[in-house]
Order: sequence, then structure tokens, then C-alpha cells
Amino acid sequence: MVVSVSEMMDDAPEVSVSGFNLSVSSIKVTEAIKKENSLVFVVGAQEFPSKKQHFVDRKFEDFEWLQQCLLMPDGIPGLQGIIFPPLPAKPCAFQSNTQEKMIKQLGLLGLDDDWKTYCMALEMYLQLVVSHTTLGKNQVLRSFFTQTQGPGGQAGRKGILNRLSQALEEIKKENHQDVDEFFRNERASNSSLVRLTKATTERLIAVVRTQQNIALACGHFSTTLHLGVGPDEDPAAKTFSKLSLKLSEIIIIVKKNFECVAENNLNILGLGLDLVSRYEESEKEMLFRRTCKLVELEQNSKNLEKAKPAKKANMEEIKKASEKEFRHISDIARLEIQKLHRVRVEVFQQCLTSWCEKQLHAARETSSILSQHLRAFKQLDSTE
Amino acid sequence: MAAERDPPPAGSVGHADLREVEDGEDLFVSTASTLESSPSSPEPASLPVEDVGPSSNGPKPAEILLDDDQEDLFAEATEEVSLDSPEREPILSDGPSPAITPVTPTALIAPRAEPNVIMVSGMFEQSLDELEEEAAGDSFDIQISVSDPEKVGDGMNAYMAYKVTTKTSLTVFSRNDFSVKRRFSDFLGLHSKLASKYMHIGYIVPPAPEKSIVGMTKVKVGKEDLSSTEFVEKRRSALERYLMRTVKHPVLLQDPDVLQFLESSELPRAVSTQALSGAGILRMVNRAADAVNRMTIKMNEADVWFEEKQQQFENLDQQLRKLHGSVEALVCHRKELSVNTASFARSAAMLGNSEDHTALSRALSQLAEVEEKIDQLHQEQAYADFYLFSELLGDYVRLITAVKAVFENRMKTWSKWQDAQLMLQKKREAESKLQFTNKPDKLQQAKDEIKEEIEEWEAKVQQGERDFEQISKTIRKEVGRFEKQRVNDFKVAIIKYLESLVQTQQQVWRESDWAAL
Repeated sequence: MVVSVSEMMDDAPEVSVSGFNLSVSSIKVTEAIKKENSLVFVVGAQEFPSKKQHFVDRKFEDFEWLQQCLLMPDGIPGLQGIIFPPLPAKPCAFQSNTQEKMIKQLGLLGLDDDWKTYCMALEMYLQLVVSHTTLGKNQVLRSFFTQTQGPGGQAGRKGILNRLSQALEEIKKENHQDVDEFFRNERASNSSLVRLTKATTERLIAVVRTQQNIALACGHFSTTLHLGVGPDEDPAAKTFSKLSLKLSEIIIIVKKNFECVAENNLNILGLGLDLVSRYEESEKEMLFRRTCKLVELEQNSKNLEKAKPAKKANMEEIKKASEKEFRHISDIARLEIQKLHRVRVEVFQQCLTSWCEKQLHAARETSSILSQHLRAFKQLDSTE
Repeated sequence: MAAERDPPPAGSVGHADLREVEDGEDLFVSTASTLESSPSSPEPASLPVEDVGPSSNGPKPAEILLDDDQEDLFAEATEEVSLDSPEREPILSDGPSPAITPVTPTALIAPRAEPNVIMVSGMFEQSLDELEEEAAGDSFDIQISVSDPEKVGDGMNAYMAYKVTTKTSLTVFSRNDFSVKRRFSDFLGLHSKLASKYMHIGYIVPPAPEKSIVGMTKVKVGKEDLSSTEFVEKRRSALERYLMRTVKHPVLLQDPDVLQFLESSELPRAVSTQALSGAGILRMVNRAADAVNRMTIKMNEADVWFEEKQQQFENLDQQLRKLHGSVEALVCHRKELSVNTASFARSAAMLGNSEDHTALSRALSQLAEVEEKIDQLHQEQAYADFYLFSELLGDYVRLITAVKAVFENRMKTWSKWQDAQLMLQKKREAESKLQFTNKPDKLQQAKDEIKEEIEEWEAKVQQGERDFEQISKTIRKEVGRFEKQRVNDFKVAIIKYLESLVQTQQQVWRESDWAAL
């Protein structure tokens, strides 16, 4: 994979989950198999240090379940301050799979017909989860990676409920003024970044689609050229046919180049942008959770002030508890945010570097092939 | 008879000594020396877009040479001319342009023509003499460029004036380097004159670019947007190609109208080319008549070659149309790509700007933006290149229409021949009737008259047919060669473009790679 998660994280590449150690770099989502109307992903991982390999089949619902489980545990202070690694959107049903729909649903990941890009996104997700200091210790990971039977399904409904209530509250609380300047700035910049990154991703989608279209058109062109070639006795017509064939070869090269460029755009730059964009959304969610907590805290303080002396002690406790929580969340959030910034930069850097390399490579290849053809063509010309 | 002799596959004759490359530029040396005698296009140099590839030429391309072929053609022409000149109809177009249609049936069956000086044949002899005098010294060297489109006038009466510059060393011109201002209707006027003179004897007159009411109205109204500048640019290059094609035809080059067009500063306004004029309506009527003719004339094709050729042209026509369609689609997509890349670059720039957390990150984003911009530039280049391809294909599709018209003319001639034969028969019958009536005094006179008429008719038409055939044969070969050369040059051009495109891309990537490290 191009973007190497293990290099990005400070954490040790091998994470111990109470005896269950996974080597992060070995986590792979290799393929997507279409089984009776749904996609099944093959997830592989290697234990450390035992080198034992696990291969399991997972559906998308399993991934969702995993995400839910990570969010749930209450024992860990400030869990809500964690910016969760983002899960790609759910792939839509197969019957009505047009590219338009896929793109609407999955964003950039829908451009690839082979689901290769999607698998890569899932892979990154898993790697990010496992390498996270806190999340990586979660027990569910073990069952996720080792159990043959997919866990799936149960947490689904909860997720929907969560989303609904969240949507309602969001509208009320989103603009709530923050006490801390650091977080205020962060929220502002986050919202603008989310917007911009989304816009950029959309533009990239347009570019890649056009490039794919051009590749198709090139194919048509070269086929048409072939059609005109037939047995000719007239020397002029013969030469014309030869030329047509040559031209069609060249067009095919152009086509391949475009396909390559589009693929690079998609798989490298696109993936990176997509990941960053989803991470930002995740950050937004985290910040929102924190804001909710803040609102709760303020509410509790108000209640405390208003409270009758009998209940005062109770209120005080509640307030203290929520204050403590809030502090925990903020602390962790701060760390996470800083980490996120760093990760962003690194993701971009890696992306751009490898994108440049790949494009350069493609350009060089095409250039050399074309020069070869040019030379051959000139020779052909001189012999006639 | 010249018809039997094939023009020698021009590549063989004395090619070695025809090299006259000014710039010693590698690319064009090789293409020039490998050319068959038909001139290759100096188009790459006169392309508006920036020059081809790193080894690009200066504005002047290598001289292209045409000696042998010209002599061949004119050698044939001499023979025909001497046979025909007294009989050839005066289909001149000096003075006001005649009716536009290529064939006015009545004109052809005109009675015996006055032995006026037929300028056409006269020119043949004269130029042939010239040629023979200068032997291998004179090379087919003429370069025409159409440039500086200027809007003249205002409102709906406005028009674009183009500057037509000719650089040549041919002796048929008075100067070596001159330019005139022409407007679009002048070009159309020229084409109509040439068509009326040459189409029905079998020469393939290159078709002029089409009128476009929408495009011109935009220009007239003064809309300075992308599509109108594109339109003007397309038209300009189409006009240039049209002129170059016309002068490449050795017969057309000698035509006084062409010379006048290129040289004289004032040209009588060709009013009859206006869309909604009397002449325009006449044209439409004639076109309808032609269509009817096409359906009713059934020709007994004696010559298998013609049948084949017609079939080939049909196929070629279809093929080219399809190709044209494909290329247009490609051009469309390219345009789209450049638009999309531009907007992506803008987005990336915005992203970079808002990223003031880390200077490094911002630098990277900006880098991405710069690269995209350059990419977009490349797209535009490639798009321009492809659009040229599609223009060429379009040109050829129209050229084939002209060729078809020529074939049709041949059919018409044949039908006239048949009619003439019928007339002949009738006259003969009349003659034999006369013989049976006992009027000896008038008989002899009538007989003689009729005999003369008969002979004259037969001979005339037969010859028309023959020489026509021969001409179209020659021209057909020309066309084939032209095609080849054009596609040839185009390929080279496109390859070079792509190469340079890719190379520059390489450099950009290399730089960015280095910067990213």
C-alpha cells in the first residue's frame, strides 16, 4: 500500500492486546468477492511474534459492528475525545449499480470498478484502528480478526438511533461558543477544512472520470481506424491502411497512458484526499461530542446554582463528574488533534511524493514508447 | 496517349538532386527527402500552435519540391490541349462571375466554339514553356499564410478581414513576397469561379470552408468570448489550408483567378456567394436538379476502374466520417479534462491557502496546484492538436464530396455522349431519308451538313469523355498521395506533440519530486 500507516504512527508497529499482538503492516484486505448480493472482504493479519496468520471473511456490517464496539466502552476516561479512524461509506446494493450512484454513495471510492480502491481504504482503516494506542487495546479486535463467523448485525440498529438524535442536537449545539481558545480555533478551521477537502475531492473525481472517458474514446477511435483497413490493391490505399494501423497503435498507447494516469490519481492522491477528508469529518464528530459535553457541563453548573440546598450536594457531584469528564475529553482531544495535524501532513507528503513518482514513471515510459514509434515511423517513411 | 502512361511513381525520378533544405533541420530534412513528388504540407510550420517538439523549426519550413510531377502533368496536358483547343468551350470567368453551378447543361452542348484565345489552354502552353525553359531550376515553392483576423466595420455589416501572405519563388508571380487583405466571401467567390471552370472537366477543386451563420453573427455582434475566438481561429486555419491545397494543384495554380486573388489588392466583391441572394436560390434549384439526375441517369459502366473507384470512395467517405466523429468525441473530452483540471487546481490552491498550520503542508498543496496547472496547459496543447486532426478529417470528408461531384459530372458527360449518339443516329436516319427523296440539288448540301455535324458531335463527345477520364485518373492518384502525405505529417506532428508533452511533464514531475523530498 502506498500510504504506510505504521510509519505514520508513533506507536510501536506491533500492538499488544493483552497477549494478542498484531503486526500492523501485515493487515491486509485483499479482495472483495461478490457473494449473493453482498460484498465479502478477505481480511488477513499476522500475529506478532508468533507469525500465525489469520484469514477471515468479513462483510461490511462486520466493520460497522467493530466501529460501534470501539465507541461503546465507558471505562476509559475521555474516550469521546478520541478521533476515531474513519470507516468508508457502505457500498450500495448491486442491482442498481451505476457509476453515478456509486460515486454519490462512496465518493471517490466509487470510481474504481474493481473495488480495489475500496479495499485499500478498508485496509487503512483497520491498520489505523489497530495501531491506535487506546483503540488498539480493545478486546473486540481479537474476535474481529480471528473468529471465522462474522460478528455482524447486532449493533446496526443502535447506530441508526444514535445518528438520528445526533442530527437533531447538532443543529442546536453546533454553534455553541467554546470556552477554550484552542478549541475555538480548531473548530473554525476544521469546518472550513472539511468543506474544502470535500470540494477538492469532488474535483478530483471529475478529473478522473474525464480521464477514464478519454481512455474509452481513444479505444473507440482506434477501433474505428481498424475498421477501415481491408485488403487493398491500390498502393495509395494500402499505405493509408498501414498508416491507419500505426495511428491506431499510437492511440492505444495514449489510451493506456491515460488509464495509468487516472489510476494513479485515483489510488494515490485520491485515497489520501479521501482519508484526510473522512478523518476531518471524524474530528468534527469528536469536537461535537466535546461540545455536547461542554453544554452538559454548563447545564449542570446552572442547575447547581439554581438548586435547592437539599439537592445541592448531589448537583455538585454531578457537576464535578461532568467537569472531570470534560477535562479528560479535552485533554485527550488536544493530543488527538495534534496527532491528527501531524498525520495530515504526513499523509499528504507521502501521497504527493509517491504520486509524483508514479506519474513520472508513467510519463517516462510513455515517452520512451512514443519515441520508439516515432523513430520506427520515420524509418518506415524513408524506406518508401 | 498520355492516358496509358502512368505518371511514374514519383519517388524514383531524380529525387536526389531535388533536395533544397534551407534550415538543415533534421525532422524536415527527412520528411522532405522522403516525399514523393507531390508536395507535402508545410502545415506544421504554419500551425498557429507553438512549434512541434524540442527540435522545432523556425517559421520557414523546408522547401518542398515538385519538379517532376509538374512536368509530367503538363506533358499530358499538352497533348490534350492540342487536340482540343479549337473545340473546347470558353468556360472563362473573366469579368463578372458567371452562375455558380459547376455544370450548366446548356453550355456544354454549345455549338462549335469560336476559336477565341482560350485563356486556359493558352496558359497551359505558356506555363509549360516557362517550365521547360527553367527545367530543374524552378521548384514548387510557395507558402501561403492567412493571418491577422481583424474585425472591420460594425454591427451586422461587420466582417472579418484576413491577411493573406504569399511567399514564393515561382516565376508566375510578379513578386516574391506579398500580402493582401481578403474577406471570407472573397474566398467563396474564388472557389465558385474555379469550380465553374474546372469541375466539369474533371479536376477536383478543393472545397472552401463552410459558411456559418451562427459563428459569424457572434463575431459581428462583438461577443469576445472563448467560442467566438475559437471560431475565428478555426476559420483562419481552414482558409489557410484551403489556399494551400488550391495552389498545390498545378493546374489551379496557373489559373488567372487564383493569381488575381493572391496578388491584386482590390478584388471585386463576390456578391453571389451570399446565402440569401438570387444566385443562392439558383444554386439550390440546381442542386435539386442534380439530385434528380443522379437518380435517373443509369450509366453503363464500361470501365471497371471507375466502378471500383466509386465504391472505394464511398467506403472512404464513410470511414472518414466515422473517424471524424470519434476524433470529435475525443476533442470534447479533452476540453472537459482541461476544465476539470483547472477547477481541481483551484480547489487544491484553496486547500493549500487555508492550511497555515504547517508551512510544509501548504507548500505541498501549492505544489500540487502548480502541477495541475501545467497539466492543464498540456491538455490544451493536446486538445489543439487533436482538433487539428478532426479539422483535417473534416476537410477530407468535404473533399470527397467534391470528388463525388466530379464523378457525377462524368456521368453527365456520359449521358450527353449517349444523347449525342442518339442525335447522331437521328441525323443518319435523316440522311438516309434524304437519300430516298429525290431532291438531288438539296441533297448533297444537306448530306454534307449533316455529315459534318455528325462527325463533329461524335468526336467532341468522345474526346471529352476520354480526356476527362484521364484527368480524373491522375487526380485520383494525386488525392491518394495527398492523403498519405497528410496523414503522415500529421502522425509525425502528433507524435512529436505527445513526446514533448510527456517530456515536459517529466521535467515537472522531476522537479516536484525533488522538491517533495
